[in-house]
Amino acid sequence: MKTLWKAVVLLAILTVLTGVAYPLLVTGIAQAVFPWQANGSLIEADAKVAGSALIGQPFDDPKYFWGRPSATSPVAYNGASSGGSNLGPTNPALADAVKGRVDALRAAEPGFDAPVPVDLVTASGSGLDPDISPAAAQYQVPRVARARGLPPDRVAALVDAHVEGRQFGVLGEPRVNVLDLNRALDAGL
Amino acid sequence: MNGNLLLQYGLFFGVLLALTKPMGAYLARVFQGERTLLGRALGPFERLVYRVLGIHADDPMDWKQYALALLAFSGVGIAWLVAILRLQGVLPFNPEGFPGMSWDLSLNTAVSFVTNTNWQNYGGEASLSPLSQAAGLAVQNFASAAAGIAIAVALIRGLTRRSTRDVGNFWVDVVRGTLYVLLPLSLVLALALVSQGVVQTLDTHATASLLQPVRDADGHEVTEQVLSLGPVASQVAIKMLGTNGGGFYNANSAHPFENPTALANFLQILAILLIPAGLTWMFGKMAGDTRQGWTLLAVMLVLLLPMLWLGTAAEQGGNPMLMPLGVDQAAGPLSAGGNLEGKEVRFGIAGSVLFTAATTGASCGAVNAMHDSYTPLGGLVPLWLIQLGEIVFGGVGSGLYGMLVFAILAVFVAGLMVGRTPEYLGKKIEAYDIQMASLAILVPAAAILVGTAVAVMAPAGRAGIANPGPHGFTEILYAVSSAVGNNGSAFAGLSGNTPFWNLLLALLMFVGRFFIALPVLALAGSLAAKKRVPAGAGTLPTHTPLFALMLVSVIVVVGALTYLPALALGPVVEHLQMIAGR
Repeated sequence: MKTLWKAVVLLAILTVLTGVAYPLLVTGIAQAVFPWQANGSLIEADAKVAGSALIGQPFDDPKYFWGRPSATSPVAYNGASSGGSNLGPTNPALADAVKGRVDALRAAEPGFDAPVPVDLVTASGSGLDPDISPAAAQYQVPRVARARGLPPDRVAALVDAHVEGRQFGVLGEPRVNVLDLNRALDAGL
Repeated sequence: MNGNLLLQYGLFFGVLLALTKPMGAYLARVFQGERTLLGRALGPFERLVYRVLGIHADDPMDWKQYALALLAFSGVGIAWLVAILRLQGVLPFNPEGFPGMSWDLSLNTAVSFVTNTNWQNYGGEASLSPLSQAAGLAVQNFASAAAGIAIAVALIRGLTRRSTRDVGNFWVDVVRGTLYVLLPLSLVLALALVSQGVVQTLDTHATASLLQPVRDADGHEVTEQVLSLGPVASQVAIKMLGTNGGGFYNANSAHPFENPTALANFLQILAILLIPAGLTWMFGKMAGDTRQGWTLLAVMLVLLLPMLWLGTAAEQGGNPMLMPLGVDQAAGPLSAGGNLEGKEVRFGIAGSVLFTAATTGASCGAVNAMHDSYTPLGGLVPLWLIQLGEIVFGGVGSGLYGMLVFAILAVFVAGLMVGRTPEYLGKKIEAYDIQMASLAILVPAAAILVGTAVAVMAPAGRAGIANPGPHGFTEILYAVSSAVGNNGSAFAGLSGNTPFWNLLLALLMFVGRFFIALPVLALAGSLAAKKRVPAGAGTLPTHTPLFALMLVSVIVVVGALTYLPALALGPVVEHLQMIAGR
């Protein structure tokens, strides 16, 4: 009984210490030192929130660069319900989904049938991946240039300017933030 | 394998090995009751806690008292957590108005967090209030981790003390572990993660307008994106450091708000292995011979690195089923390539597979890529690392005591070979000790195999399967292995939120925690009572490459003999089907 009582008391202490004081302390310091990051790295434009620098948005208009396929429901890139497809590698549903995406990309730019970079036709783990590979961005340059009536060279140069290299030159993979790139397109290059 | 990939791996293990000794030296000071720098600042608070608990820092406990305290602490934790989750709907700090959890889901979740498993049959951002996340789940992230370290420390005391019943004081070990190890490290890591973009706010969401409006599955126009926010960084820090693994978001560390950059990813993987690596050094220090600790660390690396290589090769190789569709999976300077279904571009193959190997070698269970979508061999890697017994670094504390049990088994096997009485660190290993060690190895193994058989035979078990064919069997095998191993990662296609799965997995998580912890504490008590015999000519030294090889062999043989038939039915068959193009 004494042991049980000690367990209750210690749990109560830990609840106050690690469940209340610790997150509040972290919140206080984070809000003071890194307020932009702590609140979601939000992009403000015209006094409105235009998105988060870290969260992707859905695109299917030919004049925009498209991001990773997203498995969230009921809408792609649902920021309130993250998740992947969890399709296994040999599940026919995966091959069907990939085939559908390849077909959609080819239908949006007929006559252009280079191999499609894999990240452009496979769903991300979070369903919110903000990035595509530089290869996936370059793949879409002809379509975006034609849809916007722009010379492909200028669109390709814009893509190159938006490539983020590996962090410190070592960690992670090179990438292009799709929302960032599309906002730059809309802003008139 | 390309050069950058090897560079990322090399950098990671270099940093980990460089931090092993400082971390271990600090842990040794904390758990031997010595003064630390933080002790000066937090000492008064520590002593206040002891006064409230009515104990002294040097109160002895025998192994039964220690075990009883562990059980009481865990039992109260489960009851309290069930209450919070059931009553969430009427409790404060629930701005999104989430209802209370069903009884079976709340029991599953409570057992899951108290046993340091963090299996999640719910999506955090879509079902839990900030109160439940912070004051409920996050508390057990600390408590279960501190309890795991405490059990390991008790076993080390058993091995290194002589002719005593005292294996330390559970309450003191939990308090010191929380106050001097887990809390300060979490604070530093949480702030580092915020600097990278992990959110930390009391707001629950922000709303952004979409650049291009789209239509949802029902054809309604969607113009806004609701971004789920919360006190994420504080929870992510302890979920990694305490090898808990329970994410704030459903997508866990794949979510950009939970793991936004390659550096955040690096720090999170490092945080999984930091304390388990440090504990091996602490063990050597307390045993009076740091080579004993390095030997165990070497064994862990020898088991981990080939699995990391296999996983990397399998995932970088891509999915042959996609080749005929005109998909480019080759790696190049402009694309990581490989099997990217369920993975994030910013991590690529290297950052995903390293995370996967670390999170399953250790019993963390956080994920930054969806294991269900890994190639068959890529998915076999985390599965077998779990089945080896969560000792390849392992959970905080539980990894070391699991490894020490195997070490005792290894000296026993070696003793049988040469006909000498086995001894470890000068302690004679006798029949009772081997019985306890065998229990700690055989009960979890039996639980995995029997649990899988039950789930495969029951219609309610098969109902959870998401993918057809052998992959569906692997989903079940993985879920059961993950629960018993107290890992918590999943082949997440499996629909686990049903009474059958909630209760089966809760039972298995309980067995996987306490049917190892109790034999280990019994072992600690038995060893503590023994005298220490000086090393003689017939003593097998346990700090040599020869012993490391012996230990690796014992672990691999036990792991292979137990699970190869089951693995053959799942990932191996699927791999053969895949390369045959069917």
